Amino acid sequence: MPKFVREVSFYVLVTVIVVISIFPFYYAILTSFKSGTALFTIDYFPKEFSLQNYAHVLTEGSFVRNILNSVFVATSVVVLSLLLALTAAYALARIRFKGRTLLLLTILSVSMFPQIAVLAGLFEIIRWMGIYNTPWALIFSYMIFTLPFTVWLLTTFMRALPLEIEEAAIVDGATPLDIIFKVFLPLMWPAMVTTGLLAFIAAWNEFLLALTFISNDTQRTVPVAIALISGASEFEVPWGSIMAASVIVTVPLIILVLIFQRKIVSGLTAGAVKG
Amino acid sequence: MKRSTAIIALSAGIALGSLMTTTAFAAELAIVAGATGKSIEMLRTQLDAFEAKSGHKVSIVTMPSSTTDQFGQYKLWLAAENADIDIYRTDVIWAPQLAKHLVDLTQATKDVVGDHFDAIIESQTVNGKLVALPLFTDAPALYYRKDLLEKHGAKVPASWAELASTAKLIQDKERSAGNSGIHGFVFQGNAYEGLTCDALEWVKSNGGGQIVEPDGTISINNPRAAEALTMAASWIGTISPKGVLAYQEEDARGVWQTGNAVFMRNWPYAYALGNSADSAVKGKFDVATLPVGKSGDSSAATLGGWNLAVSKYSKHQEAAIELVKYLGSTEVQKQNALLLSNLPTIKSLYDDADIKSQQPVIPRWKSVFLNAVPRPSAPTKRSYNEVSKEFWTAVHNTLSGNGTAEKNLAKLEARLIRLKGDGWK
Amino acid sequence: MVSGLSSMPTQSRLSNQRTRSAWLFLTPMLLILAAVAAWPLFRTIYFSFTDARLDGMDEAQWVGILNYLEYVDYGDGDGEYFGLLADEQWWMSVWNTLKFSFVSVFFETIFGVIVALVLNVNFKGRGLVRAAVLIPWAIPTIVSAKMWAWMLHDQFGILNDILLNLHLIAEPVAWTATPDTAMVAVLIVDIWKTTPFMALLILAGLQMVPGDVYEAARIDGVHPVKVFFKVTLPLIKPAVLVAVIFRALDALRVFDLIYVLTPNSEKTRTMSVFAQENLFQFDKFAYGSAASTLLFLIIAIITIAYMKIVGLNFDEER
Repeated sequence: MPKFVREVSFYVLVTVIVVISIFPFYYAILTSFKSGTALFTIDYFPKEFSLQNYAHVLTEGSFVRNILNSVFVATSVVVLSLLLALTAAYALARIRFKGRTLLLLTILSVSMFPQIAVLAGLFEIIRWMGIYNTPWALIFSYMIFTLPFTVWLLTTFMRALPLEIEEAAIVDGATPLDIIFKVFLPLMWPAMVTTGLLAFIAAWNEFLLALTFISNDTQRTVPVAIALISGASEFEVPWGSIMAASVIVTVPLIILVLIFQRKIVSGLTAGAVKG
Repeated sequence: MKRSTAIIALSAGIALGSLMTTTAFAAELAIVAGATGKSIEMLRTQLDAFEAKSGHKVSIVTMPSSTTDQFGQYKLWLAAENADIDIYRTDVIWAPQLAKHLVDLTQATKDVVGDHFDAIIESQTVNGKLVALPLFTDAPALYYRKDLLEKHGAKVPASWAELASTAKLIQDKERSAGNSGIHGFVFQGNAYEGLTCDALEWVKSNGGGQIVEPDGTISINNPRAAEALTMAASWIGTISPKGVLAYQEEDARGVWQTGNAVFMRNWPYAYALGNSADSAVKGKFDVATLPVGKSGDSSAATLGGWNLAVSKYSKHQEAAIELVKYLGSTEVQKQNALLLSNLPTIKSLYDDADIKSQQPVIPRWKSVFLNAVPRPSAPTKRSYNEVSKEFWTAVHNTLSGNGTAEKNLAKLEARLIRLKGDGWK
Repeated sequence: MVSGLSSMPTQSRLSNQRTRSAWLFLTPMLLILAAVAAWPLFRTIYFSFTDARLDGMDEAQWVGILNYLEYVDYGDGDGEYFGLLADEQWWMSVWNTLKFSFVSVFFETIFGVIVALVLNVNFKGRGLVRAAVLIPWAIPTIVSAKMWAWMLHDQFGILNDILLNLHLIAEPVAWTATPDTAMVAVLIVDIWKTTPFMALLILAGLQMVPGDVYEAARIDGVHPVKVFFKVTLPLIKPAVLVAVIFRALDALRVFDLIYVLTPNSEKTRTMSVFAQENLFQFDKFAYGSAASTLLFLIIAIITIAYMKIVGLNFDEER
């Protein structure tokens, strides 16, 4: 295949991927500029440009406060679960002891229970701990889905690292903590950032627990706040405002990806296969 | 007593500094309600007025507007004896299912219940206990396009059969005249609570009973009910788009308000919106009572509406009752009627001069909801949600051509009998 | 002989020490997991053997396996089975879930690998493309489900409009309304939404593959497709296998997407939706708990079988 054809088809593929990924989001942006009956007509390009929906979302209620809540909750969840998972992953990936697979399966089994089923029991614990209606209720309960996932991923990635690196460090008299933070951590950045990003998004988007464990409008997180954006009457769906809010909350995540993406690719090697 | 606690709290508040000043009020209440735009804004101003009058402080906890979402949450909170929420805004069908956790308001409201319509008060009475005070009521109507009916010389249909033929006639004529996007009739055909409402109207207006009768008998498997459902199934793909099987209230309104439907079954909220400035049907439509079935003798509209209930686990029940009475009062209901076109539950308001002049549609609705049919939430007690699910599943299957009405209703009856066991609980 | 004897104790002391530190590292994580998960899980399983209702959990009576299976003898030699195991709606939801999970994970893996390979190539604007690809995953499920519901709408939906303009369909399709297309609609949205998750994980796996492996293959002039199957795939296999597990676990428990998109369609009712209905909407908390417990068992069996089949084993040393 000539180089030219290969390159063209490569960029066609890239275009297809990008269009499919962002089209619904583009359509959301388009919708967020509309209002009233215009919502019910189909347009491919913006016809009107009104920021009214954005102004509405940002000024009514406590949306800005909700974004800050989400940032706090999601960041805490990521930091806490990565910290716990990194040390645990070292033990699971690098230290030989009986029943590792069984232990990993037990950890995984937490992810096999429908969240809807643990809701009632979790609610009891959270009230018993006295953290109901605080961000801590969410940070604590989100561990149920971030921990199994981060532990497993980091374990897998850590197993993939060559044995020799660690052996050299042990010979130098490094303690396990040294090995984790000084030897492995720098090599693990792509995995850490990827895992952290996925955990962040999972926490950022969680809805059911956030709705149940917080009954106070200013303490709520973004997905709940979006679900609470309402039309002027019982059955009216305020598409414009919902889309505006979705655009607003997706932007921080895009920025986050742009900041961290260097870390995603600069691991052991910088991308090797060339078109 | 109340004042002295307030004073103690006040001085404690001052002593503890600005962080604690909120404790200075006699009681801090929390009211939870589905988020419905303007109504929340309205509620806030009404609560402000209440705060000024009573010295209590009230915060609103908003919930998603979907009633199913709300119901699950409320049930969980009440089951866990959550003391953080004092007042719940409840759907008309919830009373029997939540009664156990709600304060009996009979004594506290005996001075005002007489002002409300008896049927609505009765719908909120469980085992002789009044568990919630009505806030507003709801009953659907048939929306029709005055201009199109006039243009094609048709009159407002009195029966479903007439509706079908008129819809077909106008749809075909309009389509051949180039208006290809037009549909005859839109309603709520998605498999959800709304379909239970719509289908109950078809069945009841055809003399087919109301699924489960007030005495608890399961009546749905009868020829008239089957006839009604068969008729509705014949609309799909002829006068109604196939997509109607996924429509909820908003989808139907979308088709209607862009001028793409001749008839629509919907709640009163669509009236004000249909007349908004950018609506394609502004000034071109009117409403009528829903049609009557072939074998029936009167129209039927499903009863909707919202109420206020006080949680048994509230630490400030007295203050909460005070608030409920305030929000259900003539004065506040009038406000809601004027500004949100909510149907009042207080009889005298239907003769109110202001309402007559500013919301003329409200007095016209009186006859509609006075003939309204309640969904069988009272006789089926805590099983209502499951009964409703079984019903809408059977109806949806029939509409989408998955089995005949007779077969689906027979299956439904068997399932309901099994659910009922030795009596509704 | 002498030196061998003396070195043995030091080695086992070292490995003892490492085992101790392993447990030290694991303890905080396990404690938190136990606190957050053990009690709710235990309660749910316990309730599945009682007659608990949501607003009367304290009065729950032990009823044995009645929620799972019960034979009611009508006394005339005739009888009928009741309970979850005899509930056709439950088995339908199991079947729906399995169908949904298999199809969605299958396509997500394939698309995920393709996207990851593309993103692994060094080209201009790669950063922006990577951010763009992540957007579907970054939009909250409740929002993207609503967004798609809007795009799939039979009258105002842009998807029908596009397909009509391209003359691929003759009349608007009622995607979420018709039982036949409801599952397709849910699958489209799910695949769109979670492919980035797979792609990102596989990309991380690709990034940790040493570059010299490719260099060697390139110098040897091996065809790129062959390089992929012989070199790349084996190296990213662990990452793919684990990504598939987590995607499958999520797919088998899928709830919010369906709850927003086609909440009450029989054709898309999954196990979690079935459990939710019984737990919170209906007055059958115990029955819902039994459904959750069975769901758990089904997923556990699938996971263990999967790990056996693909040979995922953490006990053996590499």
